[in-house]
Amino acid sequence: MTSEPILEVRDLVKHYPLTQGIVIKRQIGAVKAVDGVSFDLAPGETLGIVGESGCGKSTVAKLLVHLERPTRGRIFYRGEDISRLSGRALKAVRRNIQMVFQDPYTSLNPRMTVGDIIGEPYDIHPEVAPKGERRRKVQELLDVVGLNPEYINRYPHQFSGGQRQRIGIARGLALRPEIIVADEPVSALDVSVQAQVVNLLEKLQAEFDLSYVFIAHDLSVVRHISDRVAVMYLGRLVEVGTETEIYDHPTHPYTQALLSAVPVPNPEAREHRTRILLTGEVPSPANPPSGCRFRTRCWKARERCALEVPLLAVPAEFRDLPGPVAHDSACHFAEERDVVPSAGPTRPAGADGAGVRGESGDSGEVPGPQPPEPGAGSGEAPPEWGAGA
Amino acid sequence: MTVVNEPSPHPATEAPAEPLLDVRDLHVEFRLRDGVSQAVNGVSYAVRAGETLAVLGESGSGKSVTAQAIMGILDSPPGYVTAGQVRFQGRDLLTLGREERRKVRGAQMAMIFQDALSALNPVVSVGAQLGEMFEVHRGLSRKAARQRAIELMDRVRIPAAAQRVGDYPHQFSGGMRQRIMIAMAMALEPALIIADEPTTALDVTVQAQVMELLAELRRELDMGLILITHDLGVVADVADTIAVMYAGRIVENAPVHDLYRAPAHPYTRGLLDSIPRLDQKGQELYAIKGLPPNLMHIPPGCPFHPRCPRARDVCRVDRPPLYEVTDPGSVADAGGVGGGGRTSACHFWEETLDDE
Repeated sequence: MTSEPILEVRDLVKHYPLTQGIVIKRQIGAVKAVDGVSFDLAPGETLGIVGESGCGKSTVAKLLVHLERPTRGRIFYRGEDISRLSGRALKAVRRNIQMVFQDPYTSLNPRMTVGDIIGEPYDIHPEVAPKGERRRKVQELLDVVGLNPEYINRYPHQFSGGQRQRIGIARGLALRPEIIVADEPVSALDVSVQAQVVNLLEKLQAEFDLSYVFIAHDLSVVRHISDRVAVMYLGRLVEVGTETEIYDHPTHPYTQALLSAVPVPNPEAREHRTRILLTGEVPSPANPPSGCRFRTRCWKARERCALEVPLLAVPAEFRDLPGPVAHDSACHFAEERDVVPSAGPTRPAGADGAGVRGESGDSGEVPGPQPPEPGAGSGEAPPEWGAGA
Repeated sequence: MTVVNEPSPHPATEAPAEPLLDVRDLHVEFRLRDGVSQAVNGVSYAVRAGETLAVLGESGSGKSVTAQAIMGILDSPPGYVTAGQVRFQGRDLLTLGREERRKVRGAQMAMIFQDALSALNPVVSVGAQLGEMFEVHRGLSRKAARQRAIELMDRVRIPAAAQRVGDYPHQFSGGMRQRIMIAMAMALEPALIIADEPTTALDVTVQAQVMELLAELRRELDMGLILITHDLGVVADVADTIAVMYAGRIVENAPVHDLYRAPAHPYTRGLLDSIPRLDQKGQELYAIKGLPPNLMHIPPGCPFHPRCPRARDVCRVDRPPLYEVTDPGSVADAGGVGGGGRTSACHFWEETLDDE
């Protein structure tokens, strides 16, 4: 990383206590929603966090914007530990880290006008916009996110899902933050509208020099928008790397299974793709497996996996290799495997939302089609492919 | 609203045998307090035994309403079927009485819903809900029905079925609940299953398991399957043919390989271009401008024209019929002489097809 990170997260832990008894509450355990997560966010960067439901990715988002207090661990914003702040100091930091929520239907107050919703942050931080200027500022924001500034007096129910998400984004931008934490911002939207909002987020990032923590379960969207990607499983990060490292050179078996399960819009791929079907279900975060948390569903698991917690680091066998294989992966038996099926020929991307099609078919990075692996794809557990080091 | 006669997309020459389900020119409207919403405006499609038809569309395109009308579970009022036929195994279901329809539903055609948690009864054990199918339709005793329920749960690979048969829906995970929905739909081995967004609420790894199971059972029982979805990835994995819906109409009909290789409608093309790719990092995404139309005020002419990059004057006035598409590159239609079953409701389908 060339520049100083804007956000550093170290060993972040969030446990929700499980209690028994009504009058006298005793703690009988804890849901380990986030259990030791560390990452950096560079200025102007987009870090994607992917994982299945229940893996703790939304809890990470809440911790970052201080909607929840961490049980342990630290969050540094520009070198300053903000995880224990309160009062005025916290308020000042919060201005710079804002959030966009998933559900545009429930995250906007139905009884407030759009102007009041977007302007509400100014009530809390009046130093950003003096009273007389607020209306103009809100209208500017509406314009920035592609809504008609005259809609300022309308109510949320008068807008479609995509428009509501734009309102949510405008609210996130109101205080001119440096970091935006977006928790599944496009997953409630239709395909054609999703593309509009993704493009808007990218445009805003360039315009306002924002850093994004982009949380989603849709792996294609995350690849599209992210510079770096972190894969999360049961409260821990299992693999972190640049978008190319994770998608084209995954070394953690969970990442490989996740990527291989994504349906690709190319019917040609269905005959010769290797799909790793995981068996079983995600264990309860109240009682995670010992050692590696993925071992109960992993086809490579051995005795060592139950005893030793694999650390998130560049695996020893790749440490001296140059290139994209050498990235952080929390697996004792990390191995590279190409699992992403080709989505067919590159379609030229459109130049803008006006329906103009550019002629920019860049296919420089497409990995060649992989030969099909015999036997895999239909069975429960894929065969062993080489035992590694 | 002007009425335009659309030619039937099913010429008599097309089908060697009568399809299992043949929907013809179906119209559904919702009579609401503030107006009439034209949800389905002349939909025709056919499914043969053993075939998977994917109905693709965004929310509000009428794909689920069509399915509800076929199943006969449309909320009425406010929803009314105003015209059309639903021919199933040679009979027009819309002319049958309530009791006769009820016998068809569940036994010969069944539906899998998106949200298993709200589709299952939360205060009845899953075993009793599964067994009810056998009690009502087959007249089995409660005990025998329970035994059949356990067999069904085994068949959809729910671990420890005999122990879990008395559990309630909330005690199962999302993927397991969807398996129970599938078990319930296939309990009486129907000829046709309609799956309405069966995996939308599930994670990708679970989605892969559930789709695999569904495909396997479909093969085993040689059922027809209508898969309703907005996910172009899922469609590419399982469908044989695809019907793309927009504003209550089918805008394109094509075999799966042809549709992805060369879409013949600008809407389909826009959808395909607007999804980010998994296998490479793209530049800016293509986005279809604007919003889907309000079904109370569907634009005149081609309903897609306000959002279409190809729209010309004729599109604003003339509603395009479903043109038969001759596609030289087609797999199903060798030589591109037509008759491959491809149709497109676009005046300029030839240009769209050639555009690369």
